[in-house]
Amino acid sequence: MQRTTTGTRRRTLATGAATTLALLALTACSGGDDAAGGDDASSGGTVTLVTHDSFAVSDEVLAAFEEESGLTVEQVAPGDGGALVNQLILTKDSPLGDVVFGIDNTFASRAIDEGVLDPYTPAGLSDSAASYAVGDGGELTAIDLGDVCVNVDHAWFDEAGVPEPVTLEDLTKPEYEDLLVVTNPATSSPGLAFLLATVGAFGEDGFEDYWADLRANGVKVVDGWSDAYYVDFSGSEGAGPRPLVLSYSTSPAFTLTEDGTASTTGALLDTCFRQVEYAGVLANAKNPEGAQQLLDFLVSEPFQADVPGQMYMYPADDSVALPDGWAEFAPLADEPFEVAPEDVSAHRDEWITAWTATVVD
Amino acid sequence: MDGDGRRLTAQARPAAGGGLGRGALWGLAAAVPLAFLGVFFAWPVVTLVARGFVGESGGLDLSGFAEVFSQPRTWRILGLTLWQAVLGTAFSLLLGVPGAYVLYRCRFPGRRVLRAVVTVPFVLPTVVVGVAFRSLLVQGGPLGFLGLDETFAAIVVALVFFNYSVVVRTVGGLWEHLDPRAEQAARALGATPWRAFRTVTLPALTPAIASAASIVFLFCATAFGVVLVLGGIRYGTIETEIWIQTTQFLDLRTAAVLSVVQLVVVAAALTVANRTRARRERALNLSSSASSAHPIRLWRDGRPTGDLVPAALTAAVVVVLVGLPLGTLLVRSFRVPGGGWGLDNYANLGTTGGRNALSVTVWEAMGNSLRTAALATVLAVVIGGLVALVVSRRPRSRGGRRAISVLDSVFMLPLGVSAVTVGFGFLVTLDRPLGLDVDLRTSGLLVPIAQAVVAIPLVVRTVLPTLRAIDPRLREAAATLGAAPGRVFRTVDGPIAARSLGLAVGFAFAVSLGEFGATSFLARPDTATLPVVIFRLIGRPGAENYGMALAASVVLALLTATVMLLAERLRGEGPGGEF
Repeated sequence: MQRTTTGTRRRTLATGAATTLALLALTACSGGDDAAGGDDASSGGTVTLVTHDSFAVSDEVLAAFEEESGLTVEQVAPGDGGALVNQLILTKDSPLGDVVFGIDNTFASRAIDEGVLDPYTPAGLSDSAASYAVGDGGELTAIDLGDVCVNVDHAWFDEAGVPEPVTLEDLTKPEYEDLLVVTNPATSSPGLAFLLATVGAFGEDGFEDYWADLRANGVKVVDGWSDAYYVDFSGSEGAGPRPLVLSYSTSPAFTLTEDGTASTTGALLDTCFRQVEYAGVLANAKNPEGAQQLLDFLVSEPFQADVPGQMYMYPADDSVALPDGWAEFAPLADEPFEVAPEDVSAHRDEWITAWTATVVD
Repeated sequence: MDGDGRRLTAQARPAAGGGLGRGALWGLAAAVPLAFLGVFFAWPVVTLVARGFVGESGGLDLSGFAEVFSQPRTWRILGLTLWQAVLGTAFSLLLGVPGAYVLYRCRFPGRRVLRAVVTVPFVLPTVVVGVAFRSLLVQGGPLGFLGLDETFAAIVVALVFFNYSVVVRTVGGLWEHLDPRAEQAARALGATPWRAFRTVTLPALTPAIASAASIVFLFCATAFGVVLVLGGIRYGTIETEIWIQTTQFLDLRTAAVLSVVQLVVVAAALTVANRTRARRERALNLSSSASSAHPIRLWRDGRPTGDLVPAALTAAVVVVLVGLPLGTLLVRSFRVPGGGWGLDNYANLGTTGGRNALSVTVWEAMGNSLRTAALATVLAVVIGGLVALVVSRRPRSRGGRRAISVLDSVFMLPLGVSAVTVGFGFLVTLDRPLGLDVDLRTSGLLVPIAQAVVAIPLVVRTVLPTLRAIDPRLREAAATLGAAPGRVFRTVDGPIAARSLGLAVGFAFAVSLGEFGATSFLARPDTATLPVVIFRLIGRPGAENYGMALAASVVLALLTATVMLLAERLRGEGPGGEF
């Protein structure tokens, strides 16, 4: 008797669980079907944006575009930085979508050279955005930008009674020994940007010496931004041991005091490398007309004005009004270090190898 | 269920005399999983790796091997990969086997909850655990005095943290069904508890231990986030190197060579595990768990019992290795941004994060995770179950046995191949799978499929030891008494397999909940899963995002523990000796 009872109970539970799973599975399936159905119903009416997971746009701004153009915008986010570009190269003959957003200036030339993009200059492109053009082909259009800079924990330096460093050279001075944490250029895109800042500052022949000095002065290198910012940096929630960290010029806007009048951290604007993010029409796109319309939208005023609030970057169109107080805690560097995208593309791997030999081995 | 069984019987009966129909049925049972794995694993991986061996002129170019192997760095990386995997596996076994004893062979209040808790690390996103671990170990942190930050030891400790439960569950699943009478007899004949364990129980457990060891080894050998976060920049493994070469340098030649090396390492490990298993594998007397578990007892007649050492060891593991990092995570998740304590981080899970860090709220992501995991679990359990059934057969012919042994290893490979190779392989193959006009890469359906590919080996390894331990004479007896093959399956294999299937469902669900590697390449922003949003939150500055990442991790942990608890219940532990 006992046996029968437990047997039944188990079967009931099992059936219940199976039903639940089946239902959940059905829901999941129908979700997929909807997406597929959308594709079929409006053939030519869907345009797919391939991007990274930082892409964001206000619902109403996107809806206005969709209504006006009759297009439905789908998004896929397979990665960022080098991973995004390399996936585009691999899928060149059968791209993941129609438009890409999020190729930055450290990988721009590579994407162009590999032929993953079709030239298209969007209508109404601002002069400031046009000034960030890569090459003459018009394959990539600048959409937004931001600076990668060393960030500083104000409170730590106040308490220690040490003046905050200002320049890259300062970071190699004895008073800043063992205070800086940066990320690995081989695994992290801010890390690569900072390596390029030093190339821009000290030249192709000088940057290795600079890193040797940094190393001698106790720079710490970790593999990822989260790790550096939340474990090693003293100015974050993690409250680590080091008051200088490689991050973005906008990061201080995330560490405002309770009343919002000041930030507990700041960016050293003389240590920055400018990252520009580009968009372009993918070669072999299924919907090239839709792709061009989407690109027009990305440089249009409504989208550009939406960039600061949504993605926390500066719009490439400098005539667009910025949100109030925006520049106060997230200023751009006046003269960031620069390396031409063509040079980056030609030497990136070699510089990373040289960096690894200097700093790691 | 009954309907299915009957259909199986009806189909099998006409051919029962020749055995040809039965063979065809088994062939079909093997073909479905092979086809699934062929399309969603082998084809993508082989295609991507093959690209690395195509020379400039289009012909086969194997010079990459010579080049990669001439670099001292390659050998250092290979050595480090093997060393960390061997140590991670060894310590997981050393601690996990006593853990399996305490959690599956002893009875004490809170046992089920504890079983669920130790599974939690297994699914937590490595980036959060890495940050939690490193926060403990960093200079000035609570355990900073140990000097473990960015050391090889830290990597090994973290590997044990993640894989402890694999050993506990895989070994425990068999152990609790082991008839205790053999060991009792040895004890009655005067053997010490240690000797009885060594000569009676350990040999019986060896297949399950080998099973667990092979899974843990594969996980350790392909560990990614742990190595990057905890090892710092000085440590690299084949896996991290493949990731860097593929995603950052697009050096497919080097990546392909390394993928082949990884495959060789994994295949060698599987062969060793298979040999060990095959030598020890035999029919066991399985009993119901109710009679085999005894109330835990540390002292008897003023002297420590055999329970004391495993209990103390397990308590230490649970408190220090599992409890400390999880506790830190839990406590910190209640720290309010800006100071003080409260539920703010949990309240924020309904938002998209500070400065709009996410495209969906964390709760929406949880819904996505649950839906995806449910689908992945159904796939993994059906396909993994079929694999386990086929592989549990013992054909009389030598060729048949060899075929089965190869099949067994083949289905383990997804655990031993880099997620980035699989993910990038999807990109180059699944735009028109089998000529169909469906771009699977962006459809969202690929996420549960990718998760199922990873979960299948775990389902197989969980169900198989139990299935294999079924005495074939039981089946023979049933057949002699006139039962058709379908009925034999339904009445002999079915009930026993169903028990471990509950465990397998839990495992598969947990694995898909926590899967990050392949998912991160495939997830669409609007259907991001929990690990993906956690990764994103901790990738943004701001106390609010950091707090949310911790709170979301706690939610993921609770979800996992609940799933595991439910799976245990599904399995049923009531009295009643069915076999």
